[in-house]
Amino acid sequence: MAPSLSDVMTPDAAALAAAQKGEGRAPLKAGSPEHDLFTGLTRLGDNCLILGHRVSEWCGHAPVLEEDIALANMALDLIGQTQLWLGLAGEVEGRGRDADALAFRRDGWDFHNILLVERPNGDFGQTLMRQFLFDAWHAPMLKALEGSSDDRIAAIAQKAGKEVAYHIERSADLVIRLGDGTEESHARMQAALEALWGYAGEAFIADAVDTRLAEAGLMPAPESLRATFDETVNAVFAEAALTRPESDFAHKGGKQGRHSEHMGHLLTDMQWLQRAYPDAKW
Amino acid sequence: MYAQMVKSEATDEDPAKLAAFQARIDAGERIEPKDWMPEGYRKTLIRQIGQHAHSEIVGQLPEGNWITRAPTLERKAILLAKVQDEAGHGLYLYCAAETLGISRDELTEQLLSGKMKYSSIFNYPTLSWADIGAVGWLVDGAAIMNQVPLQRTSFGPYSRAMIRICKEESFHQRQGYDLIRKMAEGTPEQKAMAQDALNRFWYPSLMMFGPSDKDSVHSTQSMAWKIKINTNDELRQKFVDQTVPQAEFLGLTIPDEHLKWNEDKGGYDFSEPDWNEFYEVLKGNGPCNADRMEARTRAWRDGEWVRDGLMAHARKQTSRRVAAE
Amino acid sequence: MSSEWPLWEVFIRGQHGLNHRHVGSLHAPDAELAIRHARDVYTRRNEGVSIWVVPSAQITASAPSEKGPLFEPANDKVYRHPTFYDIPDEVGHM
Ligand SMILES: [Fe+2]
Ligand SMILES: [Fe+2]
Ligand SMILES: [Fe+2]
Repeated sequence: MAPSLSDVMTPDAAALAAAQKGEGRAPLKAGSPEHDLFTGLTRLGDNCLILGHRVSEWCGHAPVLEEDIALANMALDLIGQTQLWLGLAGEVEGRGRDADALAFRRDGWDFHNILLVERPNGDFGQTLMRQFLFDAWHAPMLKALEGSSDDRIAAIAQKAGKEVAYHIERSADLVIRLGDGTEESHARMQAALEALWGYAGEAFIADAVDTRLAEAGLMPAPESLRATFDETVNAVFAEAALTRPESDFAHKGGKQGRHSEHMGHLLTDMQWLQRAYPDAKW
Repeated sequence: MYAQMVKSEATDEDPAKLAAFQARIDAGERIEPKDWMPEGYRKTLIRQIGQHAHSEIVGQLPEGNWITRAPTLERKAILLAKVQDEAGHGLYLYCAAETLGISRDELTEQLLSGKMKYSSIFNYPTLSWADIGAVGWLVDGAAIMNQVPLQRTSFGPYSRAMIRICKEESFHQRQGYDLIRKMAEGTPEQKAMAQDALNRFWYPSLMMFGPSDKDSVHSTQSMAWKIKINTNDELRQKFVDQTVPQAEFLGLTIPDEHLKWNEDKGGYDFSEPDWNEFYEVLKGNGPCNADRMEARTRAWRDGEWVRDGLMAHARKQTSRRVAAE
Repeated sequence: MSSEWPLWEVFIRGQHGLNHRHVGSLHAPDAELAIRHARDVYTRRNEGVSIWVVPSAQITASAPSEKGPLFEPANDKVYRHPTFYDIPDEVGHM
């Protein structure tokens, strides 16, 4: 009996679908516009992913139930944003990688988050200060991205921007409250600021990719966000009676894939199942 | 259940008042916080609601154990939202207990000092990703079985908390079943993890309903007060009858060679869990008791400066406002 | 110091323009944080568009013994209840 039409078609259809998704296609060429955009999008997505991961570590361990629930909301927002940014990154790359493939199957040097978000949680003060410094950059970043020449980016930024408006309101307010609170809470917030300040600056340092993305109108120039950031943090530190460290020295490298020792442990944890059982569906 | 072996307190009050109180309950009225109630009713409820609340909070830990290792972004979000719900359940229940004249801080201190208990089930470890499925499917499944009738409990705030909780619970068991189903239908390793999870969680889940209370004075009183609606054995039977076909659908085997359909009673015959193990776990000798208490104690102690700092700020703001007026 | 955060009662108005409804309580150091906690705790499933918080200590409740005098008068004002009125079918839904 002659094979049925569908029997003949099936292998071709599968191969065709894979090819359409771009599986097996050569990696993007560094310096190409597609590669630049892919890099920019993974920077956005990886920041959300790694910070969301860190915040989720608090679940069940927060200082008070109400705060446990609030932290989980933040983590959920960030994971949701990760899916959008990395989903778009995978689409732009065109090699068949979805958000999960990017999150769970890349190694450290292919992650482009800033070093700030991979800092360990420390005490609640450090977690809060890390969040505040991040939000103070994230909010104006998303605002600027709403004007991106790429509609897909603008749409994601608009959705995420609403969530982040709440994040910054919350983190700024808590920094002020704990900076003011007791002697101990003040001391802890000041210590947190000093420990993390050196990681706040990386987001504003442009590299060649940033510059080309800005020239193309896709993403804002990093340094253009600094004034808004400074205004926000200065006002909050003043109200919280916290002293901004004198040196603006900034650790960097995360955006280019050179991370701290903490990153490998975080990824080991996060990627364990996908790495140990690569053929499994979850 | 989440509240296992809650001793009901004896009551020696004016018989006329007691009779009137019982009549209200029998008539299906809700008792509200400011209503007169027997001291025993109040104390038993504090113990039961408190234990239930503690269980929700400690119950965050075994599942929280896998949040950072969830294998996809969607699974991570689902699990996080689920564990967050449990924190909410604890919160609603603490608030219900507080209407009876005990504070959340007091309840917390009693948990941490070991004076109050939480469900034995949360002293078992989650060792593989399939365990997260088993917890949702079996543990939440067993909890729902108990919580649905408690929506009709006689104490108003408790009943309202249960209504809210049951509404939120609906997705917990389903996400667990969906997760373990993916595992049971997956690679041979995944299937093995799913079976292993069922093997380890089956008997501890049966223990959640507590030992047989056929002849217990305590449960007779609690049932008269409608703070306990069904007997432990009734609920356990219902749970087994509901779960066996679900396991069959997954192609998983319930680890009980005596499990057999009994046509006469219209339910399954099944083996009792090892009640010695249950009592040991309650005494503190479960695999994770020490770890669970350590985690909760650390969270509470490490969080003190945050709670105090925020309170101090609020107080300062108030006095600043007063001074400005 | 270690003093417990005060308790707040939370009222939420849902999407459909109904009255604020009591949904539960929570702890917070002040009103502002109580609102924020209420958003996080009680509107996780899009339940509300407007939140009120009131310190639990500020709620004055009727004493149970007043249940008779306070509520029984309303019991015979059946005309307040829509089902009291027999509307002819031809009139349609009202
Ligand atoms: Fe629950
Ligand atoms: Fe649950
Ligand atoms: Fe639960």
